[in-house]
Parts: sequence; structure tokens; C-alpha cells
Amino acid sequence: MTLLAVERIKLFSTRSPYWCTALALVLGVGLTAIIAGTTENGQMSVGLTQFGSSQLALAVVLVMSALAVTTEYRFNTIRATFLAVPSRTSALVAKTAVVAFIAAVLGEIIAFGSWGLAKVMSPASDLAINTGAEWRHIAGVGLLYGIGAVLAIAVGILVRQTAGAVAILLVWNMLLEGLIGIIPKVGVKIQAWLPFQNANNFLALGGGNPAEQPGAGIDFKLSQWGSLAYFAGIAIALLVVALVVAKRRDA
Amino acid sequence: MIEAIGLTKRYGRTVAVDDLSFTVQPGRVTGFLGPNGAGKSTTMRMILGLDRPTAGRVLIDGKPYDQLHRPLQTVGALLDAKWVHPNRSARAHLRWLAKSNGLPGKRVDAVLDAVGLTQVAGKKAGGFSLGMSQRLGIAAALLGDPKVLLFDEPVNGLDPEGILWIRTFMQNLAAEGRTVLVSSHLLSEMALTASELVVIGRGKLISQSSTAEFVDRSTGNSVLVRSPQLFKLGPLLVDKGFTVRDGADGALSVSGATSDQIGDIAAANGVVLHELSPQRGSLEEAFMQLTGDAVEYHAEIGK
Repeated sequence: MTLLAVERIKLFSTRSPYWCTALALVLGVGLTAIIAGTTENGQMSVGLTQFGSSQLALAVVLVMSALAVTTEYRFNTIRATFLAVPSRTSALVAKTAVVAFIAAVLGEIIAFGSWGLAKVMSPASDLAINTGAEWRHIAGVGLLYGIGAVLAIAVGILVRQTAGAVAILLVWNMLLEGLIGIIPKVGVKIQAWLPFQNANNFLALGGGNPAEQPGAGIDFKLSQWGSLAYFAGIAIALLVVALVVAKRRDA
Repeated sequence: MIEAIGLTKRYGRTVAVDDLSFTVQPGRVTGFLGPNGAGKSTTMRMILGLDRPTAGRVLIDGKPYDQLHRPLQTVGALLDAKWVHPNRSARAHLRWLAKSNGLPGKRVDAVLDAVGLTQVAGKKAGGFSLGMSQRLGIAAALLGDPKVLLFDEPVNGLDPEGILWIRTFMQNLAAEGRTVLVSSHLLSEMALTASELVVIGRGKLISQSSTAEFVDRSTGNSVLVRSPQLFKLGPLLVDKGFTVRDGADGALSVSGATSDQIGDIAAANGVVLHELSPQRGSLEEAFMQLTGDAVEYHAEIGK
């Protein structure tokens, strides 16, 4: 508990988490506002409310999470941390827990904020959350952010510098996994096992117009909750590797 | 007490610290002296468990650093004053450190007061001058009221007032019975601060002794001889095994001999002496002589 409090003090005594949070909110909810504003009243759907949260704002959350650890390396406060807490694993796990929790809460705020705003802007549309799939589509965003934060921190620990970690995360999430689908035949088969594609699969509403959903056209072998567990498994595996590396190398 | 036993650190084929053993006793300031690149910082990082030794170990009050419970209450260290997030206030920096080792918030105010930073505690550490950063680093080291303190080059880049403040501060800490290890590449500074010296060069131990002993041993070993009969005295001294060099104004500079020995030789051989004076080299010269072949990066001094 002490270590969680330590990481909380560290996180909230610098400015970048506030900026990233604000940016994620503006981008996530803002994109929904644009979509709602340009879609004819009555044509909005639950599936259209979460593009901002599950795609755009997720990228910002990945960056924020990676920054939480790379800035420690950048300013060498990681060494001060390891002096105060020689058990590096405990210190880094505490940091991961705090950042993942904040990311998850932020995810819920952005997801339900986007949905609420769409409801206000497009009152004639059917945006009621009726099915389990619709609940998962909205409330699941928080889970996605929490797991994404774990993955981003693992990359941050391994790479140790902001530019590298941010580049890896953004290219991986926004470009690489999508581009692999271009490879003839095997592309989509590989995609079925890529972490962010599985994250999208978890949120997918199913039915309706598949073209409006990210990850459409991929033949996933896992159930939607299975996809989430797979995404989480990869994030945790990467974190374990990062923790082992951090323990072994010179700080 | 700090004990290093056979401490070794290799980076690939480079040996940064080579089988280094020394002890640091409580109650006095121990200087850790060596030219730049001698392995002082690496050794200090190994003492603090930041770097993993390739071989050997180092114990603080009988335990390796990572076995210490709430380490800040046993060891305080200032390795680099810039290990602070520039956007974090001095108080917030100390607050998280205090929290991590179960120290009350009162300690934060107490150490801020002790180093004279209370006025700027709410300001961002990134805007601090070097002297202020150094004080913040010392405040962090003192937070847990530790028995053992390590400072890496604490006076580097400070103005004379800052240097004097730190020097006095460290001596007071030692006088309270604490173990204080201070690294420096300046013997002249260490001669004023430390009462015990651990000297290293190229990662190897050169000597561990009291400062006075080290200075005596390494400086008082040349004698200037002036005489109209040097042509006669010179070969006599060489025969006795002393090193004789031509000094200024046709005098001889003899090393390895005391002035008494030279006077006796001169009298026994009927040589007239006009001057016989022991020369004390500067501390810098002595230090360079000792570590001369142990400097990693040589620059030829104007020949």
C-alpha cells in the first residue's frame, strides 16, 4: 500500500499526466462529438459512439503510461526510486498498478462521456444500452485502457527512453497490426493473434454493419472475452519480461 | 561502516573496478579519491545496489544494500543532484521519498530547514541553481536520519561559499558519529575535508591511510642542493642510489633522500654546500605522481 501511495504522489506531482488526461478526454469525446454532429439525427448508434475512445484516446493513454516510466529514466528518478525501494519488482509493479487503475477509470469516463454526449446531440437516435454486447462495448473501454497501460509500461521499462517507447507503441497499435492485414491470405490469420486486434474484437458489437467496426473481417479464434484475456496475457507476459530485465541490469 | 570486499565491475572487456577492498569507519569523513574515470562513481553505485558487481561484494553495517529494511533510514546518498524531476517541487520530491520509507511528513520540513530550502520548497526543482540542487540532494540524503552517508563529488561546480558549507556539513555529520564517504578527484579539497583517504586509480586500490600520512608520504621527497662542487657531489649521490636531476639555476634536485643524508655525505667528502632545502611538492603534483600511470584519459601537459 505504501508503494502505491508513493507512485500516486509521484504521478500527480508532475504535469504530464494532467495534460495527457485532458488530451485523451478532448480527443476521445471530441471525435464522438464530430461524428454525432455530422450524422443525421436518428442515425447514431452505440457502435459509432466509441471510435474516439477505443482508437484515438487509447493512443494517448498508451503514451501517458509509457511516459510514467520513461520520464523516470530520463531524469534518473528511477535511481532515486531504487535507492528508496531496492526491490525493483515491487516498485515497478506498484507503478504499473497505479497507472493501470487511473487509465481504466479514465477509459470509463471517456466511454460513458462519449455515449452521453452522443445521446444529447442526437436525441432521436436509439442509443439505449440494452444488450450485454452494448454494455461490453462501452464499459469494456476501461478494461482496454487498463491492460493497454500495462503493456505500455512494459515497453517503457524495456526501451527506457520516451521517443523510442512512444514510436513503438503508436506504430504497433495504429499502423503495424492493421498493415499486416494487407499480406495476402496469411495476413488476416496473423491478425487474429495480434494483441490490439484482439482488444478490438473484445469490444466488437457483432451483427449490424461490420464495416463500421475496427477488426472487421478477421476470423478470430477466440471468444470476445477470450480475446480480452489474450490481450491481458500478452501485456502481463511483456511486463514480466520487463521486470526481469529491470532487475538484472544496472540502474 | 562500509566494507568492500574484492569488488569488481567489468563492462565487456573494460575493467572499471578491479578487485577493490577497503573499509569506511564511522565517526570521521573518509575521502574517496581518484582521477576522473578511476571508478569512484561505479563503486558508489555498487555500494548502493544500483549496479551489480561482476565479482565481490559490499556490505553496509554487515548487510548488502538490498537487504536493508527501509534503506533510507540506514544510508543516505547524494550521487547526482540532478536526479530530480524538473517539474516536481522540492517538497513533493522529498514527500514521495519520505513516504516510501515510512518517514513522517515532519521530516520533510525538518530537512528542508536543515539545508535552508524552506523558502523555495514549493518551487520546481528544475529551476534550481546547482547549489540549490545540491542542497536538495543533501536534504534527500538526510531524510531518514541515516548512520551512513555517501556523497559523490558534492562540491563539483559550487562557489566557495557552497564548498565551505558542504565541507562543514560533512564534518559535522561525522562528528555525530556517522560514517561519511565523500568522493573527489581533488586531493587539495580532500585534504581539507577528509581525515581518512581511500585512493584509487584505474579501478585499483592505491592506498588507504590517514590523510596526513598520505600527504607526508607523497610530498616530502625531494631536496634542492646548491653547491660550487656539484660535479663532485652529484656522482656521490648517484652512487648511493638517489635520483638526481638538474634543477633550476644549476642546482640539483635529489629525490629519495632526506636533507640530513645529503648533508652528511657532503661533509664526509668535504663538499661545500650553499643551499640544502627540502622541497614540498604540491598536493596536486603528489597526487599525479601516485596516480600518474593510473589515469584513464591522458592529456599531455605542455612540453
